[in-house]
Amino acid sequence: MFAVYKKELRSYFTTPLGYIFCAVYLAVSGFMLSLFTVHSGSVDVSSYFSLMIYLNIILIPIITMKSFAEERKLKTEQLLVTSPVSVSSVVTAKFLASYTIYALSLLVSCLYILGLQSYGTINAPKTYGCIFAMLLVGMSFVAVGIFISSLTENIVTAAVGTMGTLLLMAFASVLNSRIDIYIVRQILSWVSVYSRYQYFTYGLFDVSAALYYVSITVVFLFLAVRVHDRRRWA
Amino acid sequence: MIQINNLMKIYGNTPALEGISFKVEKGEIVGFLGPNGAGKSTTLNILTGYLSSTSGSASVGGIDIYEFPDEAKKLIGYLPEQPPLYQDMKVSEYLNFVYEIKKCRLNRKKHLEEIMQVTKIHDVKNRLIGNLSKGYKQRVGIAQALVGNPPVIILDEPTVGLDPKQIIEIRNLIRNLGRTHTVILSSHILSEVQSVCDRIVIISEGRIVADEKTENLTRMTEDGSDYIAKICGPSREVAKTVREMNGVIFADPTGEREGDAYLFRIRSESGVDIRKPLFNLLAENGWPLVGLESVSLNLEDVFVRITDSDSRARARRKA
Repeated sequence: MFAVYKKELRSYFTTPLGYIFCAVYLAVSGFMLSLFTVHSGSVDVSSYFSLMIYLNIILIPIITMKSFAEERKLKTEQLLVTSPVSVSSVVTAKFLASYTIYALSLLVSCLYILGLQSYGTINAPKTYGCIFAMLLVGMSFVAVGIFISSLTENIVTAAVGTMGTLLLMAFASVLNSRIDIYIVRQILSWVSVYSRYQYFTYGLFDVSAALYYVSITVVFLFLAVRVHDRRRWA
Repeated sequence: MIQINNLMKIYGNTPALEGISFKVEKGEIVGFLGPNGAGKSTTLNILTGYLSSTSGSASVGGIDIYEFPDEAKKLIGYLPEQPPLYQDMKVSEYLNFVYEIKKCRLNRKKHLEEIMQVTKIHDVKNRLIGNLSKGYKQRVGIAQALVGNPPVIILDEPTVGLDPKQIIEIRNLIRNLGRTHTVILSSHILSEVQSVCDRIVIISEGRIVADEKTENLTRMTEDGSDYIAKICGPSREVAKTVREMNGVIFADPTGEREGDAYLFRIRSESGVDIRKPLFNLLAENGWPLVGLESVSLNLEDVFVRITDSDSRARARRKA
């Protein structure tokens, strides 16, 4: 598993993809942070982080789109599948590699917040809560991206499909208030990533929300494994 | 070493394999021959655990590929039809990666060094795979299959798209591998498997139509040969006369002509040498024979032969 993880991580930085992701992430987050805090005269970062979720919807598909789609297209998955490694460990390795890139960019962008200290006192629990929430939300987004990438062999399809799914998950809470059908509401509330995020922004550690993000991750990674098994047995 | 029992594979409603069984002994080089779409790659993909079969079983070294996939996969080095190469890796990085995912225990540096010597990719080890020529890529693919020194090497059409010199090199490489490994080599070129393999398994439309020692198959393709004859004379009468000869199966004008000579394709029954009687017959009629060459059979002809003799044998049994 470690070999695949290493290889994936390397491939982000032997192609422009990893650099582009990090650069765009850091540039946009820096711009937004200054807009929400310095320019509006506040050191409250929670609204900044709420907006960063939408940046994730656009950027996370970029790092996950290649993971399985390209392997299928170039037939290199044949090497992985015929090697003595299990599909679940390959899926996990790819997930961890994409997540590493995301988490690194996020943590580096958090250094910006330190710069805010010269403008006023930062509410530490609230900030940590937001960062932690972003780590969790990112984790579930990456898992969704990995799953959708395993469905197709076209990386554009994978990217757009992931963006669409993530948008739906982000807007589920908005849709939820407009729809009257019980089952649809239940489903929407189950995938509603955004609504569970709120507690963290108050500086509270919401265990059930944390568990929710972890289980979303596990479910989508499990589905990615199933997709591979199904294809084999088809 | 390898045992395949009654393997079936159905894609949706289309059967790809309809019950394939064969065995490969340790140290054999077996050619797996068939036209495109016959089910060669499907069989090899099942044998290496990439696909599942609809029914039947496959085992390597006595280990079932479904029940103990990890153990069985350790015994196989596989080069799929399209070599599974990461274009953005250097050759040495790639082999190191393969070494790691195959959970190899041999001395890494020495082992990879040896493989690069054997496959002659030493001089490109620091180049990106994406920039290599097709021949080198193919060799890197074979090198990948050798990592971990597995006792069984499976190569799916290893010489497709290579130039003649590279083909000869790869064939020599395969022959050398055969001394220390059990090798399955798939191809749709008869002469290729004839020159390398000890035994040939021919598959057509998901069924095995022949499983023979190479010498036997070669004999089968040689006796009862086809000829192209260039004869000066009225084409229809010549064909009619030649057809009436003893031992001739058919004699048809090909429609081509060279100067005043017509070209005929003549097939004789196995074991009958028609060349001398043909010459005499034509001489008697005053039709000069200006050229006679034997045509070696291609895969299609062998198929026709084998399926012909198959149906003839069945008809005889019925009678």
